Amino acid sequence: MTERARSVLDAAKAPDARRAAREFVAQAGRDAAFQLEACVNCGQCADACHFHLVTGDPRHTPIYKLRPMLKAYQREAAPFASVKKALGLAPPEVTAAELHEWSELLYDSCNLCGRCTLVCPMGIDIAGLVRLAREGMAAGGFAPADLYKAAQRALDTGSPIGLRWPALKRQIELQEQETGLKVPIDVEGAEYLVVLTSIEIMGFPEIIGALARVFRQAGATWTIPSTGFEATNVGVQMGSREVAAELLQHIVDAAERLKVKTVISPECGHAYSALRWEGPNLLGRRYGFEVVQIVELLDRFVREGRLRLRGKDTRRLTFHDPCQLVRRGGLTEAPRRLMDGVSANSVEMPGAGAANFCCGGGGGVSAIHRAEGLRFAAFEIKKQQIEATGAEALVTACGNCRNVLEEAIEHYGMTMPVLGLTELVAQYLEPETRAG
Amino acid sequence: MTAIGLLEFARGPALWVSLAVLAAGSLWRIAGIVRLGAKPDLSEPRSTRLLAGALRGIFARMIPRTEFRHRSKLGVWNGYVYHLGLAVIAFGYLPHIYFIERLTGLAWPPLPGPVVYLSVGLTFVSLFIALMERLTDPVRRLLSGFDDYFSWGVVVLPLATGMIAIQQSDPLPLAVHLLSVELLFLWLPFGKLAHAFLVFASRGVTGAALARKGAPL
Repeated sequence: MTERARSVLDAAKAPDARRAAREFVAQAGRDAAFQLEACVNCGQCADACHFHLVTGDPRHTPIYKLRPMLKAYQREAAPFASVKKALGLAPPEVTAAELHEWSELLYDSCNLCGRCTLVCPMGIDIAGLVRLAREGMAAGGFAPADLYKAAQRALDTGSPIGLRWPALKRQIELQEQETGLKVPIDVEGAEYLVVLTSIEIMGFPEIIGALARVFRQAGATWTIPSTGFEATNVGVQMGSREVAAELLQHIVDAAERLKVKTVISPECGHAYSALRWEGPNLLGRRYGFEVVQIVELLDRFVREGRLRLRGKDTRRLTFHDPCQLVRRGGLTEAPRRLMDGVSANSVEMPGAGAANFCCGGGGGVSAIHRAEGLRFAAFEIKKQQIEATGAEALVTACGNCRNVLEEAIEHYGMTMPVLGLTELVAQYLEPETRAG
Repeated sequence: MTAIGLLEFARGPALWVSLAVLAAGSLWRIAGIVRLGAKPDLSEPRSTRLLAGALRGIFARMIPRTEFRHRSKLGVWNGYVYHLGLAVIAFGYLPHIYFIERLTGLAWPPLPGPVVYLSVGLTFVSLFIALMERLTDPVRRLLSGFDDYFSWGVVVLPLATGMIAIQQSDPLPLAVHLLSVELLFLWLPFGKLAHAFLVFASRGVTGAALARKGAPL
């Protein structure tokens, strides 16, 4: 598998439009084909996309981003393709120049956020199709160079930023000192396996201490693996199932080696999509363990009375919905119940929940340097949403969202803290008595 | 060929051939997509009520979600006008009911003439608004191609010829109207008009997939 994953990275050295086209066609299975065929070019998806809303560029219309995939499908696999080809009516082959142009459309200006999917009157899962189209782009060598580099680092070290176990171990030790709690490492037979993202480990290591407090109060056994701890999956972001599967395998190996019952998907939207929804399909087998998102688990613990909350944050707080957890992942209510448990004054953004806007950095966009200007521009809409609430602090449940939001808030000269929901919950846990 | 001869041709071989192409072409298109196959989803579903999700997907997308309504352009609401208008004309006009009864044996009470005539007018205007929007809106202009414009023409033609044929005793306008309807039947399976049946598959597939995740539709 490793060799296959690495061969995808070689594609970047010699981009090949025909290879991309073959992969577009391979991705157009029955369900995707029904959706590609159903579009009536109504353009309603344009008004759902924050990139189109801020730039006004019609090329940022979500369904337009699928043109190369649609062309390849119509030319090679659509029901009347052979007849049209014989009559000279089939679309022309996709070209390298076209795919270089579409690299910006399929990556820089798409967060895979799925607002377009929600608005499409034909029920086309446009975001899902963009995810498939990226498979063609990555296989053909047309994904952004930054994502190939991140994938290379991830395959070499396990982490897209090259973070290795000693760095995590150091952060764990600091959190143990901070909380006075032991963080279990490589404990066989633990109930829960916690995996983390590089962003959390380096940017928000307090999450480790928060988890230690949560699991202590819940009375659950847990562990962090010394190998296979990285949940970030650049393969899913760039659109390479080979890279994605290779990275996922590390987590599955850790879970099976330590014989855990449940793997906790961390505060990261795309990691949840990768681990929870795509993982078994990428690996071609069902897991022997359950995958639960941390917010889902906290909500479960609170409702079961295993976590006891005391006191509430009195600031005006608003929750930013990570797209892959909420709109694409079905976790709309759990974070809201938790927010109600820890906040005395939480307010919703306009369109909160299903139709909330993306932070602008999802779907790998935050890792694409050339997309930075567009990402900050797209944040203008998020900024309007946040300002409409009059909130004093923003809460979210995704390390990438948190990082992107902090950067954008600084870019726009705003002053607003961005909090992680898990840490907020841990902060308001009833203090443990010694006897307890 | 005389006008009577043309009408007989339109009512006879042309009708049966166009209906056969409509049926065979539609089946071919659906079968051509189905044969592409689908891999089983191995992830643990949050909900197994996939049929309910598919049905919800089909019906829920008939109206925009609340969050998107305030942004809806004229084209969104105009779409309802010509779709409903076409349905009223096709299935509410007495001569059309006779036509369907002759083919299928099924009949139902017609709508009052003035309602149908009003629908014809509204639908005609609505379809021209749709065309104007497609030509002037930068997004729709970029997206649109031959298929979109030809399909528009194929829908407008029976409406126009039908308006001319209303209460005419001359067989020629009726023959032309019937032939324009048959052109619509011939084109429907192959172009954008196939959304008439593909919409159910597309919405159903997405509805089931989102229901599986417990995600909002």
